[in-house]
Amino acid sequence: MSTVALIDYGSGNLRSAEKALIRAAGTLPHACEVVVSNDPEVLARADRLMLPGVGAFAACMAALKGRPGVIEAITEAVQTRGAPFLGVCVGMQLLATLGLEFGAHTGLGWISGEVRRLEPTTPAAKVPHVGWNDVDATPHPLFQGLIKASGEQPQMYFTHSFAFHPDLPHDVLATTDHGGVFVSAVAKANVAGVQFHPEKSQGAGLQLIANFLEWRP
Amino acid sequence: MVKVRVIPCLDVKDGRVVKGVNFVSLRDAGDPVEQAQAYDAAGADELMFLDIAASTENRASMYDVIARTADVCFMPLSVGGGVRAVEDARRLLRSGADKVSVNTAAVENPDLIAACADAFGAQCVVAAIDAKQTSPGRWEVFTYGGRKATGLDVLDYVATVVAKGAGEILLTSMDRDGVKSGYDLELLAAVSRTAPIPVIASGGAGSAQHMVQAVRDGGADAVLAASIFHFGEVSVRQAKAELAAAGLPVREV
Repeated sequence: MSTVALIDYGSGNLRSAEKALIRAAGTLPHACEVVVSNDPEVLARADRLMLPGVGAFAACMAALKGRPGVIEAITEAVQTRGAPFLGVCVGMQLLATLGLEFGAHTGLGWISGEVRRLEPTTPAAKVPHVGWNDVDATPHPLFQGLIKASGEQPQMYFTHSFAFHPDLPHDVLATTDHGGVFVSAVAKANVAGVQFHPEKSQGAGLQLIANFLEWRP
Repeated sequence: MVKVRVIPCLDVKDGRVVKGVNFVSLRDAGDPVEQAQAYDAAGADELMFLDIAASTENRASMYDVIARTADVCFMPLSVGGGVRAVEDARRLLRSGADKVSVNTAAVENPDLIAACADAFGAQCVVAAIDAKQTSPGRWEVFTYGGRKATGLDVLDYVATVVAKGAGEILLTSMDRDGVKSGYDLELLAAVSRTAPIPVIASGGAGSAQHMVQAVRDGGADAVLAASIFHFGEVSVRQAKAELAAAGLPVREV
C-alpha cells in the first residue's frame, strides 16, 4: 500500500483536492491511501505529496511556515528522499524562488523562477484568467493519455492572476495561451506543479491526478 | 485560448431545487446533488447554486448541498445568496464551493469584497449585480432580490467592485430575467468594456443563439441560464454546439 499525503495548511480547496485524490486513487490497479495531514512525521514518511493552494502567494507561504516542521518534513521527503511532489495552483507557485504578489516574498525555491502578474497583450483577455483552457504539454508521465495522437490538447480549469516564470526553459512542462503564452505546468526531476486545478477539471483532471499517483520519476 | 463557459444555475431552497431539471433520468428531481451530476455529465463548465431562501438559520442545508455535490462533481462550483460576512464565505468555501458571490451585502458595504478577496483570493469572489434600466444607456443597481432600488449607477458600481478586488462579475438584467427574449446586450457591452475582469451574462436566455449574442455582441466571458436548461428547451451540448458554430471557443465534451 502506498500513501499520498495531501498537505493540510489551511488551504480553502483542501476538501476538493482530497475527494479528487480518493476518486483517482480508486481507478488505480493497486491500493493507494490518501492521508490529509500537517503532521511533520506523516509528511516526511509519505510516498508522494500534493500541495494545494488558493489565495495569495505570501498568505499561503506564511500559512505553510506557520505549521511547525512542515517545510522541513516535506523538504526531507521531496528533496532528500526523492518522493514525487505535485503543487496545484498557488501550491505550484510556491515552488518558485520568489513571488511578486503584494510585495516580494521568498518561496520554497525548488524550481528557480519568479511568480508575476499575468499581463495579457489583448484587452479581451481578462485577469483573473478564469475558465477552461488548452494545455500544450510536452510528453511526460503526468500527461500520459491526455495528449492525443491527433495533437488535440487537454483542457483544464484555471482561475488565477499570477503565473510562474521559470528561469530555465528545461523546467517548463506545459504552456497555455491567454492573450500571450504563460507556463501552465513545471517539472524538475521528482517535483511538478500545475497552474490549473486538476481537482476541478472533470475527467481530464482526474486522469492527471491518477497519473501523478503512478508517476515514478 | 480561454473557452466561453456555459453555466447552469440551480435555485435552491432549504436544500431542495426549486425550479426542477427536466432530465428524465433523475430519480429525485428536487435533489440538487443529482441535478448537479446530470449537468456534470452533460458537459456544463461550471455550476452556480443560488440559495434563494438564505438566512443564517437555514444556511446549514446549503453547506450540506455543497459538500455532497463537491464529493461527486469534480468541476467548479459557485454559490450565492445571503452571503453577508467573511465567515459565511469561509464556510461555503470550506464546504467545497470554489467561488462565492456577494450581492446585497457588498452593495451596502463594498469592503466585504476586499475582505473576502484578502482572505481567500480574488478568484473566489464574484460580485453579483442586479441591474435595471432607468433610461437609455443607464442602469441602476437593485438589492434584496430586486426589491430595493439603491440609486447607484451600475457602471459606477462596477468600478467599485473592480477596485475592491472582485474576481468576476455576475451581471443579471432584471428587465430580461425570466422573459427569455435574450440577454441585455447593451448592458453587457457597457459592463464588459468597463471591467477588466470576466463578466458572466445572466437574465434573459431563451435560446442558444442568445448565448452566442451575449458573447459575440455583449462581450460576455461566460453565459448563465436557469430555466431553459431546467426545462430541457436547450441542452448544454446544444448551447456549446451553437457557440462553436459561431466561431466562439468552447470546451469539447
